[in-house]
Amino acid sequence: MVNKYFYRTYLFLLGITFLMIEASLYYIFILAPVEETMGIIQKIFYFHVASAWLSFFAFFVVFVSSIIFLWKKEKIWDIIARSSAEIGLIFCTIVLITGPIWARPIWNAWWSWDARLTTTLILWMIYMAYIFIRPFTENEIKGAKAAAVFGIIGFLDVPIVYMSIRWWRTIHPQAVLNSKSGGLDPVMLKTLFISIIGFTFLYLLVIILNVSIYLVKDEIENRS
Amino acid sequence: MKNYFEIVWAIINKDLISELRTKETISSIIIFTVLVFVIFNFTFEPGASYINEIAPGILWVAYIFASVLGLNRTFLPERENNCISGLMLTPIDRGAIYLAKMLGNIIFIFIVVGLSLPIFTIFYNINIFPFLPKLLLVFFLSIAGIAGLGTALSAMAVNTKTREIMLPILLFPLMVPLILAAVKTTGSILQGKSFSEISGWLKLLTAFDIIFITVPYLTFEYLIEE
Repeated sequence: MVNKYFYRTYLFLLGITFLMIEASLYYIFILAPVEETMGIIQKIFYFHVASAWLSFFAFFVVFVSSIIFLWKKEKIWDIIARSSAEIGLIFCTIVLITGPIWARPIWNAWWSWDARLTTTLILWMIYMAYIFIRPFTENEIKGAKAAAVFGIIGFLDVPIVYMSIRWWRTIHPQAVLNSKSGGLDPVMLKTLFISIIGFTFLYLLVIILNVSIYLVKDEIENRS
Repeated sequence: MKNYFEIVWAIINKDLISELRTKETISSIIIFTVLVFVIFNFTFEPGASYINEIAPGILWVAYIFASVLGLNRTFLPERENNCISGLMLTPIDRGAIYLAKMLGNIIFIFIVVGLSLPIFTIFYNINIFPFLPKLLLVFFLSIAGIAGLGTALSAMAVNTKTREIMLPILLFPLMVPLILAAVKTTGSILQGKSFSEISGWLKLLTAFDIIFITVPYLTFEYLIEE
């Protein structure tokens, strides 16, 4: 299945991703103004939000491809779910690392048990568990099915986790995009969007690579 | 062909009989629960005033640990003598097996709670009996959620090499909303608050139960099929 067509898509995505990431770096470090009160540390925001978006998107892909896998029973959907979960987990880790780096000077604490932070941490734990299922299950097909069911249950759990922790407490900055008073500087907004688009292409690039690695691995196992 | 509820009851009955003849799981889990109460007691000063605030947390930590021990045993006896094949060969809906195992777990956890709650009352000097009807609802909703999610996840964990450790790794992150809701509602009820003050948490518990009993019920056949 990994063929010329795959390779062309990969080269195409590589080009676009390179351009978009370069553009977003230019916007972030040269064009976007320095935030008045927070200073230079605010620039981590563009990576933080883009990674958060990417990890949520990746976990949504896990959810959808898990459903299709259980329904159609085609292996490719299992591979997509698995690849997407791995990428989502990496970007979720980036969110959890960049957040505290920003929070230390701004909140004067690395961590707080706020709704968004706690939900992201739980999200990370859920998908860590998801990744654990496959290698530890004795039978490969059973592992794939169990992971698919867990991928569905885990995704449905996220909004409930968020709601329950929000009732518990919250101090994370409100979403700056839809607030009426002030909000983001237009250049900052543009920078954020370019960085989100760049990260989305990065996701597509990495998932194509990851899926093709699993397909090749599968082929080698079948031949030997 | 028997009707659906007779099938479900037949499986519950089989599990209950095999447990009650040996009593090995239930007796050790009750001792475990009491031990957790005792050990938590060493973490604070005797007679401290904040005990009423942390007691619901201790209660639920004990019950969640105890539940995990019980849930781990859901599919283990079936696997040991390959009884699961027999169960799979019966011409019944796979969802019925899930429902039966889940209801069995609810009964099992309720027995543990029923026998250990009086001990908790004595050790922590908190009179829970005036609040018992209200607590019963909260306990039922919370335990249904634990059993609903836990039964499905224990079917996953039983196929792994590290099954005893795997179940809590899978279960605990997903159970965060349930733990929060159970501790908050239990605490509020023990402070004498009415249902209307905790209606949000009760709705959350109900929603949790509905989602995490329905989804495992629909997907259970994928978990136990060969």
